[in-house]
Amino acid sequence: MRFILRRLGFYLIAFWASITLNFLLPRFMPGDPVSRMFARSQDRMQPEQLDALRKLLGVDNRPIWEQYAGYLQDVLTGQMGVSITRFPTPVTEVISSQIGWTLLLGGTALVIAAVVGNLLGILAAWRRGGAIDSALPPLLVFIGSFPYFWLAMGALYLFGVVLGWFPIRHAFTDGLEPAFTSEFIGDVAAHLVLPALTIVLVSIGGWMLGMRNTMIATNSEDYITMAEAKGLRPGRIMLRYAARNAMLPSVTSFGMGLGFVVGGALLTEVVFAYPGVGYQLLNAVQGLDYPLMQGLFLTITAAVLLANFLVDILYVRLDPRVRSN
Amino acid sequence: MTSVILQQPTEEKAARKTNRGFIHGLLTNKKAMTGMAIMLTFIVLALAAPALFPADPSRITGMASLEPDSEHWLGTTAKGQDVLALTIHGARSSLFVGLTVGVASTFIGILVGLASAYFGKFIDEALSLLTNVFLLLPGLPLLVILAAFLPPGLGTVILVLTVTGWAGSARVLRSQALSIRSKDFVAAAVVSGERAGRIMFREILPNMASIVMGTLLACVIYGIGAQAGLEFLGLGDVSTVSWGNNLFWAGNEGALLTGSWWVFVPSGLCIALVAFALALINYAVDEVTNPRLRKIRKPATTERSNAK
Repeated sequence: MRFILRRLGFYLIAFWASITLNFLLPRFMPGDPVSRMFARSQDRMQPEQLDALRKLLGVDNRPIWEQYAGYLQDVLTGQMGVSITRFPTPVTEVISSQIGWTLLLGGTALVIAAVVGNLLGILAAWRRGGAIDSALPPLLVFIGSFPYFWLAMGALYLFGVVLGWFPIRHAFTDGLEPAFTSEFIGDVAAHLVLPALTIVLVSIGGWMLGMRNTMIATNSEDYITMAEAKGLRPGRIMLRYAARNAMLPSVTSFGMGLGFVVGGALLTEVVFAYPGVGYQLLNAVQGLDYPLMQGLFLTITAAVLLANFLVDILYVRLDPRVRSN
Repeated sequence: MTSVILQQPTEEKAARKTNRGFIHGLLTNKKAMTGMAIMLTFIVLALAAPALFPADPSRITGMASLEPDSEHWLGTTAKGQDVLALTIHGARSSLFVGLTVGVASTFIGILVGLASAYFGKFIDEALSLLTNVFLLLPGLPLLVILAAFLPPGLGTVILVLTVTGWAGSARVLRSQALSIRSKDFVAAAVVSGERAGRIMFREILPNMASIVMGTLLACVIYGIGAQAGLEFLGLGDVSTVSWGNNLFWAGNEGALLTGSWWVFVPSGLCIALVAFALALINYAVDEVTNPRLRKIRKPATTERSNAK
């Protein structure tokens, strides 16, 4: 319990740090973001909205601590202003319409990569020097060295443009109504294959190598020798004795991987024009949509922190040593 | 430059012994040699770029979107620029930014890690908290936000990548420094009244040379990849010629949709080769220093036996 509370405190501090960063950045930036945005919005903005924006981005004459208090209050009550590029939709509405796609894409890719990668790592460590162990790691490290977006573009070109197997952009075919029908779900799945596959391809190597290296250490433990001496089936020793104890670092990486899901899918979403939060973040940056940018960054951070907290709770369940401390 | 400084403390006898075994191990390691050969080729090409292609690489030298032929070995872009010249000149900026970011983040990592481990208590708590917060903040969105708010330029790119990249190395180096901090020879140095700076940089640091090296390599890989990503998103300094910017322009000019694969393949392949070479060296460093990962067991010179 103390562990959980400590972690909770840590995540709160981290969240506070990112809010503060968000608060400080526009205030230290040269130039006046509000006038820039005003020019861009082409007079569609009302004076009071402009005023609210000034407050949000700190172009007003109040002392800085007062601005800070006001900003904290706004963020905690979910008031993140109005998007400029999608004027006059509130930022929160834009974000909530898109975070689902990011979670779907990132979640699918993460689960597949983690499961397959760990299994490969287990097999590689169990048969040191075997086919999987000697051929796959260098290959995966090599694939992992490619810039991620470049692989994605290559896959898009090869499978989308040349071969035409998969759709090349967006999350579902234009004109199709989102609904729980087999047609719609099939369409979404077809759009998901390429982006998810590219993420799996680049991230699987890390999972495999990590698992392999921990597992090699576990394999030399005495209880493995003991299990062998007892004459247990090799499959049982491999999975229930060795792999199970080598699993813990992977659980931690899973928490870190969740960060990649929400944040790192940005490049994927940009290449495949997938309508998630990362794609929207880049659009916001290009359109100088500061309120949306800030809102997206805070949402992404909050999601990452929450996911890590959940993994911590899971960790307490899995590792009794944490509980006894 | 800085790597030379990092190796200076290894003048000490014990450390030199570790290092000789370490360097010998690397030189006889096939992975390390392959990696170093690839890296060396790229560095030579980058240095020789002004001699090989004296003219401005972004000037227009031929028809648009030419396929590779004898005149333009790698074809031309949609604007009519020579792809080979762009690629070789691109190595300069990419390697420079990658190395600078790598060295800078490793340096911050060393300072934070050593200070954490040596001073402990409150300083350790505070620095660890800072490190963990930075580790947890989602890197790429933070990168994008920072790049969006700061004025564009090469300096911004380096600053932003260092800010987002140092935390990982700090964590690794702290845990290693902590284990060395608890060794007897450090306690002896403390008792004999040596200054804090001397203990950190002359006693502790030389004994973690291999970890520092691994961290440095990982940071350079991160720097090169992240720079390419940032530039690909159009958030770098668009006026310089670098691999990331080449890819940004390739995407912008629709190289893929028109089927001009030759515009798009070389820069990506170069990034991959450099990252792969560095990963190979890193892997080799791991193998040389971690006897468990070695294929054949030799009488190991572990760090502990040398530290005594």
